[in-house]
Formats: sequence, C-alpha cells, structure tokens
Amino acid sequence: MALRLAGVQRGPAVVGLLIAIFLLLFLLIPVGKVIVVAFQHPATGEATIVNFLDFFNNSLFRESFANSFYVAAMSVLVASIISMPLAYFTTRFNFGGTALIQTLGIIPLIMPPFVGAVAMQLLFGENGSVNLLLDEWFGFTLPFMEGLNGVIFVESIHYFPFILINLSAALGNIDRAMEESAQNLGANGLRLFRRIVFPLAMPGYVAGAALVFIKVFDDLGTPLLLNVNTMLAPQAYLRVSSIGISDPMGYVISVILVGFSLLSLWISLMALKGKDYATVQKGGGGLMKRDLRTWEKAGSYAVIIFILLLVLSPHFGLLLLSFGTIWSFAVLPDAFTLAHYATVFSTATQYIVNTLWYAGLAALLDVILGTAIAYVVWRTELVGRRWLDYGATAALAVPGVVIGIGYLRTFHGVNVPLIDQPLASWWVIIVVAITIRRLPYALRSCIAAIQQLSVSLEEAAENLGATKARTVWRVVIPLMSGGILAGFVTSFATAAVELSATLMLVARESDAPLAYGIYEFMQSAAGRGPGAALGVVAVLFVGIGAYVSHLIIERGKYARSAKSIVAEES
Amino acid sequence: MTTQVQQNAEAGVVIENLNLSFGNTHVLKGVNLSIHQGEFFAFLGPSGSGKSTLLRAIAGFGPTPSGRILIEGRDIADLTPWQRDVGMVFQTYALWPHMTVRRNVAFGLEERKIPRKEINERVDRVLEMVGLLKLADRRPSQLSGGQQQRIALARTLVVEPKVLLLDEPLSNLDANLRIQMRREIRELQQKLKLTTIFVTHDQEEANTTSDRMAVLDQGVIQQIGSPMDLYDKPDNLFVAKFLGATNIIQGTVMRDSADQRMFRTDSGTVIPLVDDTAVGGKIVFRPQNVEIRSAVAGAGVEGTGLSGVVHHTEFLGSIIRYGVDVNGDDVLVDHTHRYGESVFRTGDRVELTIAPEGILLLEG
Repeated sequence: MALRLAGVQRGPAVVGLLIAIFLLLFLLIPVGKVIVVAFQHPATGEATIVNFLDFFNNSLFRESFANSFYVAAMSVLVASIISMPLAYFTTRFNFGGTALIQTLGIIPLIMPPFVGAVAMQLLFGENGSVNLLLDEWFGFTLPFMEGLNGVIFVESIHYFPFILINLSAALGNIDRAMEESAQNLGANGLRLFRRIVFPLAMPGYVAGAALVFIKVFDDLGTPLLLNVNTMLAPQAYLRVSSIGISDPMGYVISVILVGFSLLSLWISLMALKGKDYATVQKGGGGLMKRDLRTWEKAGSYAVIIFILLLVLSPHFGLLLLSFGTIWSFAVLPDAFTLAHYATVFSTATQYIVNTLWYAGLAALLDVILGTAIAYVVWRTELVGRRWLDYGATAALAVPGVVIGIGYLRTFHGVNVPLIDQPLASWWVIIVVAITIRRLPYALRSCIAAIQQLSVSLEEAAENLGATKARTVWRVVIPLMSGGILAGFVTSFATAAVELSATLMLVARESDAPLAYGIYEFMQSAAGRGPGAALGVVAVLFVGIGAYVSHLIIERGKYARSAKSIVAEES
Repeated sequence: MTTQVQQNAEAGVVIENLNLSFGNTHVLKGVNLSIHQGEFFAFLGPSGSGKSTLLRAIAGFGPTPSGRILIEGRDIADLTPWQRDVGMVFQTYALWPHMTVRRNVAFGLEERKIPRKEINERVDRVLEMVGLLKLADRRPSQLSGGQQQRIALARTLVVEPKVLLLDEPLSNLDANLRIQMRREIRELQQKLKLTTIFVTHDQEEANTTSDRMAVLDQGVIQQIGSPMDLYDKPDNLFVAKFLGATNIIQGTVMRDSADQRMFRTDSGTVIPLVDDTAVGGKIVFRPQNVEIRSAVAGAGVEGTGLSGVVHHTEFLGSIIRYGVDVNGDDVLVDHTHRYGESVFRTGDRVELTIAPEGILLLEG
C-alpha cells in the first residue's frame, strides 16, 4: 500500500520540489538577502538597526518617505473621487453610458504610467497645452504636474480602475432584496445608504484602495520620468545605481517598501475576510435602478466625458508626441512626421525583439509553473503543497525595485559556466525577474481554471484506464487551456512593459527591453519623439494582449455556460 | 477468511472487513459483503451513510481503506484506479466537454491500446446499443440529460468491465425520465449479465431495479436481502423506517390468562402476537396492514380491534393515510381510495384491526 502511494506521489513530489527550489533561489533568497543586509552593519557585518537610524536621521530620506506616503495616499483619494460617480452611475441607474464606463475602466490599464508621464507633462505641465490655453483664455494656470502633483495626477489616472472595478463589483453584488427589506422595515435615503449599502460595499472598496496605495508607493518609473527623485523607490534605485550595491540605504528602503506592501495586502485581506458579501440570489440582481431625467442624464454624461478625456489624455499626448516634430511652448506640435517611427524601426528594433523574447519566455514559464502549482495544490496530497501557492503569491508583496536589488546582491558573484559572466548581468536574469513578478497573476488564472474542473472528469478517465499522467495530458490540460492561455496573454502583455526590476538588471544596451528603451529615450529632449513612438508600440502590445485575453475568457465563459454537465453537480 | 473466499468462488465482488476514514472521521466501519456474479445489487442509505464512499473505494477513489476487496476472486485493494477494470458511471456523468461523443466513448479503448479499426467497431456497436449512434459527432453539451446518461453508460460498457458501478445515476434526471432510465438500465444489465452495483438514496429505485440490496447507515451495513425481504422483515428499526412509512409503538411483551403472547403498549392498549419466539420492546407494522372502520356504538374491543379517533388525514391519490389516536399512540392507517367510497374525517371515532402476521417485534 505504502509503495503504491509512493509511486503515485513521486511525479508530483519531483515537480513540487523543482518549483520550490526555483522559488527559493529567485524569490526567497534574494529578498531574504536584502532584508539581512538592511540589518547588517555595513563595515562589520554585525546585526544592527543602525542603518535604519541613519535613514531616519537623513533629511532627504525623511522627506522621501513622507513624499511617497503622501503621493500614495493622495492618489487613492483622487482615484476614489474619479471612481465613485462612475460606480454610482452604473449600479443605480438605467443608463446607456454603462458600456462607456466599462471602457473607461480598461483604457488606463493598457498603458503603463511611466510611458504616458512625459506626454502628460507636455499636455498639463507649466507650459503645456492646457495651461497655455487656460492662460490665454482666463489668465491663470494650474500646477497639475508640479513636483509631486504630477506623480499623483499620472498615477491616479492610471490606477483608478482598480477602485472602480472593485467598487462596482461590490455594489453590483448587493441584492435588491437587501435594499427592499431595509425599505420595508422603514429605512430610506441616507440612512439606507449609511446602514446597508455602504457597509456592504466597503470591503470591495478597501481592497481596491489598498491595491492602488501599494502600486503607487512602489512605483519607480513614473517619478523617475517626471524627474521627481525625492521618493522612496527612486532613492533606492539611485543609491544602488550611483553609489553601488554595498550602500545600505537601498536595502533599508527595500525593507520599508516590502513592509508597506505586506501591510496593504494584509489590510485588503482583512477587509474581505469573512465578508463574502455577494448577496445576489437567483432572480435578484443588483440594487434598484431607476431611469434618469434628461438633465440628470446630461450631467452624468458630462462627468463621464470629462473623465474620459482625462483618461485618454496620456494616450492622446503620446500619439501627438510620437508624430510631432517640435512640441514646446505650444498647444500642439509644430508639424507632424513619421520620422520618429523610422528612427525606432531602424535603431531600436533590438528593444522590441528583446521584449518579445523576454516577455514570451517569461509568460511561458509563468503558465508552466502556474499549471504545475495549481495541479499539485488542488489535486495531490503532497505534504506542504500549499506553501508552493503561498510562495509564488508572495511575489505580490515584493516591489520590482526590491527584486532588482536582491538579484544584483545575490547573483553578482555567481558566474554562469560556459559564458563566463555573472548571473546578475546575464540577460536570462531579466527573464527570471519578470517571471517571478508575473507569476502570481498567471497562477491565479490557472487555479481558477482547475477549480472549475470537476474532479469526476479526471476520475472518469482513471476509471477507464488512464494513468495520472495520461489523465493530466488528455483531460486536465485541454480543459484548463482557456485559463492557461488567458494567463499567458496577460503575463505577456504586462511583462512587456515591466520597468522597475529590469531597470536595474539591464547590464548592456543590447540586452535591454522596450520599457528600458522608452526610459532611455525619454531622458533627452531629442529622444522624446522616438521614445513616444516606442511607447505607442508598447501600448499596442499590451492593448492587443488585453483584447486577446478578454476574447479567450469570454469564449471560455460561453463554453462553460453551454456545458451543463459540470454545472449540474449537486 | 480463505474458506470464505472459496465459498464465494461464484462471487463477483467480495468485500471483507473494509474500514475507511476521512481524517478522524470513521466513515466505513467493518463492511462485509458478497455480491454474486451477474447480480444487480443496490447500496441504499441516507446521505452520509457511506454508500457512495463504499462504491468509490471499490473503484479506487478516495482515502485508502483497510481490508480486502476481491473481484472474481482477485484482491484489487492495492491496485490503482486505472488497473482495476471496474466501470463507473458518475452521478454527474463526467463526460469530457472538449471531446465529441465518439471520442468520449473511445477513450477507454484508446488507453488500452486497442487497434483503431476495432475501436471504431466497438464504439459503433455500443452507441447502437444505447440508441445514440446518430449523435456520435455531437458534443456532450448538445445532448439532453437522458442522452448524456446513456453516453456515460456506453463509455463505461464499451471497455467491458468486470463490474459496473452506478453512483446515483438517475438523480440528475426528471421524474418521468428516471422511471424510463431505470428500466433501461435493468434491461441492459440483464442482457449483458453484468455484475452491477447501484448506489441510491431512493428506496423505490433500489426496489425496482435490484436483485438484492444492502441498507447502510452511519458506515455500517444494517441488512442485506431482497427488496421484499427487507421491507417485510426488517432486522431493525432503521431499516423498517427507511424502507417506507411504518408504525412503531413502544411497550412490553406479556402473556394473558390463556397463555397467549400479548403486547401491552406503554399507553395500555393490548395487541395479540402470533409469533411465539420474537423478543423486543417495540412492535412494528406497516400502515397498509391495518384495517379501519367506523366504531359501532356499544361494540367492545374484540380480537386485535383497537378504538381511536382520527386526528389527521392525508389524501395521496390511490390511498388515504389516516393518523389515528389510540390511547395516545399515533397509528398510521392506509386505506385504498375508491371513487364514491365514504371517507373518515378528523374527529371521527374509528376501530382498527392490525393483521397479526404483519406485526413484527423489534429491539431498540
């Protein structure tokens, strides 16, 4: 009996062990190293908190810390102000603009914030189009992009969909009967909102807000491109890239970033824990909706169109920049040209080719790891299998900067045999970094796919003579393929614009991916045109990827609704 | 143990001292069972009784049990599910949605490395047998519930398993289809003379299909026998209650002045017993073994006649079920309903006669 079990478990055990080693080497050890170094005396190597004291005794770091916190909190506030009316319109009114609002929730996500940052400067900066017009018409200007304002503005326009999606879902999950029974018992108006709607929607909002906070807190690319260096992530990057990897301040900042990430994740977990407020029952469906009066409709559309313009402005600005000749102290560029695209395709194809390679390899690795982890966790009895899931998901709490610093520190002394260079400066390490960073998303996609798979479908195959391995090949993988494919496409699209970890790991220009190329170009005024053109290419990558993965998921939904067999399971 | 196996050389499935636990929960407690070759056998019990767990243990799914499972004399307890050669039809059918009907049915033959030509022939033959050859190129999602059920059956039968296991195969069908499918399954089983185990919580399904059945409760086999035996002569109160409406009245056995064995209920009613050996503190009788008539004023209690008051009536179509209060004991009485015949109403005084041969004495 024991022998037979061992035989059946041997395959998963080997796979599980390999995954564990991969996670250990490329996630736990590098991050652990960063934490250890942060608590080590730079000269003697003793355990100490002196680095943290140094950090808080330095006014630059204190300011950076305060700025990061302020920017993240303000971004949550601004993103909430943008999201709330939109979520309210879709869930309370019968309203034709709902499709428009759903589109609003997607457009920002297909452009990484750092790509649009420079274009935003040209549109909203001190001498940007909007302020030039304001000055000409009304005689005043607004400091949209001044210092930290710029970061807050760009980040909140990019990240508000996280709040919008979570808040709309939370509101949409409230059953009409919840509202009606409250009215039946005598509550209405503000009391109804305060006592029923608000508490039911709160967990979704908090989860979205925590996500926005941490994304902004960790972001490296946007402040760098807007030339705001007095924030934590840019300080960590600058210390490591200018002073070197022995400077302890980069590590201290990393520990602070990881700490805040964990705190945010914990808050969002606590907000949702034990509060599965999906109260919609069969035949129910959302809060009571009413029709809008004409003037209300006009007002709603005005708000939506205003937000739509804001949301489209980075895309619009980027396009203008990529086709414009000279754009300075003018509402629009002086003239239009294709020269920047010609430059990109003659001198910068290496970036695009590298990106296709890196993102493709990373996405492939992610779905292989994701499928294997999902299977081991959900379909085997392997001891400690849950830790593979926890381990891979832990990457969510590790900012790209920290991965970058950790890899540099851990692998600079590790020589790769045959090619004779340190692992830390080999292009493969970029792929590994991206793989680790995107793994949590691919994993969730694979786990969702395997959870929808009824175990009896596998048991039927075994009952008819297929071994575990044959069953995986003939039944599990084909039926998971939709989820796996969706995971691949999302990983690929987001990996294509990964900047924070790669910025540190690119050892030479010829190894650099697209995001790095955009960053390089945008450093000089002359490079902005080609940089924007490259940015448009990046947006196309992500946009097409997002659309394809949306198609795959929709097709999967259709296929599932058609097959009643599994759904009928009692 | 060996002698038992030799005795059961004819046996299709023998289960010896099977114990199984989910973690700390002991689900099957020392199950012993012998099913004849070619027999249609039912596992009947309420949910949580362990019947499905027992069936899955035979197929090799779920936690590893202790004890022995023999199929045609061979111990299969150490084999993996794919080595066992027992065919299982799942409650949800478990048809693979990414394969056509034909690919679904061919699956088991492909895994057995049968030549393609023979696979095609056998698949055609089995689809013909279940009457769905014309749907061979459809996807499972394009089939009705009954058709899916037949395909699931065909997919299992095509590999010619030694034993057919059916896990609540009718529970996802509507009432009419259920009756039709249980006949079809029974006819198919008779034709193929295939040893079949059928798991159900529905006593009518078990009664109508099986040669013999085992009633399970809390992981223990309560009784094994033919459906009629179990209904008429339940070994214990659980079996008596599970197989249909029944009267259970508490009391003590005594003898009257003529040395006739009598049963005195706790409320004081005295009922004569015919069986002279049985012992127990409860009498059990089915509602249809009680006759009901109007109480005639002045007539005393004679024979097993009891007098009481109707306090509850239920019209069930072919019968009317009365609840009669006899000195505080609630007695159910089934009376065949015929058009035009008078019925009793709540509050009517009635007299009951219990057929003496229909009275069982049970412990508990």
